[in-house]
Amino acid sequence: MTQIRFQIFALTAEALACRRGGRAIFDGVGFRLANGEAIALTGRNGAGKSSLIAMLCGRLRPEAGVIRLDGLDDLQLAEAAHLVGHRDGLKTALTATENLRFAQELFGSAGLAPAEALATVGLPHAGPLPVGYLSAGQRRRVALARLLVASRPIWLLDEPMAALDAGSQTMLSQLMQSHLAAGGAILAATHGPLGLDGARELRIGP
Amino acid sequence: MSSAFLAILQRDLALAVRAGGGGELALVFFLTVVVLIPFALGPDLNLLSRIGPAILWLGALLATLIGLDRLFQADEEDGSLDLIRGAPLPLEFAVFAKALAHWLTTGLPLTLAAPLLGLLVALPAESVLPLTASLALGTPALSFIGAAAAALTANLRRGGLILPVLVAPLCVPVLIFGVSASDAGRSPMSLQSPLLILAALSLMAAAVGCIAAAAALRQPD
Repeated sequence: MTQIRFQIFALTAEALACRRGGRAIFDGVGFRLANGEAIALTGRNGAGKSSLIAMLCGRLRPEAGVIRLDGLDDLQLAEAAHLVGHRDGLKTALTATENLRFAQELFGSAGLAPAEALATVGLPHAGPLPVGYLSAGQRRRVALARLLVASRPIWLLDEPMAALDAGSQTMLSQLMQSHLAAGGAILAATHGPLGLDGARELRIGP
Repeated sequence: MSSAFLAILQRDLALAVRAGGGGELALVFFLTVVVLIPFALGPDLNLLSRIGPAILWLGALLATLIGLDRLFQADEEDGSLDLIRGAPLPLEFAVFAKALAHWLTTGLPLTLAAPLLGLLVALPAESVLPLTASLALGTPALSFIGAAAAALTANLRRGGLILPVLVAPLCVPVLIFGVSASDAGRSPMSLQSPLLILAALSLMAAAVGCIAAAAALRQPD
């Protein structure tokens, strides 16, 4: 039985609109994400999935609409959320362990030790290797291990399954399941199935 | 919060040492400039020793500018800036940690190398200490002013082109007082006042530069 680890929260987005380079990407996108819920963000290439995630992190100003996070002691969404996107946030010159330890100390919220997190994502021996030596799928798994070294209630994942082999996809699905069971929430942009029961689909664009 | 500060500082120091980051590059550039200028000037030893402090200060300034554009751009490109933005540490302190690491890996080695390179420009013995002191007090200002400019150009693809234009005018006071402190050994002017002004410039740059850089990095697209 997994313990509930997170406070009650709700992330609400209402009537979000996005415009990039003078071109309207999407408008009228809204959702509500609370404890234990997962949203699969779908849409064709260029529909604005990554832009929506960038908006949630505060990296992109919405053309219209509001993003609100209730609960969690007035934390900013960027401080309550983990982001794993195309830019994996790893330094190629540092080893996997060093990268994870950096994330852990930076975020300062208790989680697994880097070695345990690496073992969980199936890279028990990658710790002392510089990330630059790892393959794309292995790097993605090191980035995903960041979700474990610091505990944050909301996971914002941009195509988390990209570059992962079948076994790793199952591993990620299990990680996401246990995060949901612990009271966390997930919003993942994806083209394929996430392997989550009860994930709602939010489709952007036609 | 302090663990996040130390984490950024420690990571940037490790990166500078490991990946052939900015540190050695600045030092090698400094060395090249200071070694080549005496050859270009010709065999006038008096002239050389008169402009020696200026050569060393110019070399240090230009060496600091090299690689400064990567200060935030590298983090922006690989996404680690997003991690830093999402840390519980105020962005001003994150910028301070990065600029401090930049100074420790460029400004400080340049300062330590300066007495040795002073020999190459026939720096009079009484000027060695003032020059080293002026570099130690003045180069932090260069790192902090540079951090603000680097933050502004973090997501410009060729930010390295515009950065020197932004930084150079702001570095002029540092250059003037740095050279005048180094010349104080020979002139009747006191050494104390230019050094105090350099310290003041560094402190001001640390405060204003970090706030400005954080504001620039916080700005959404």
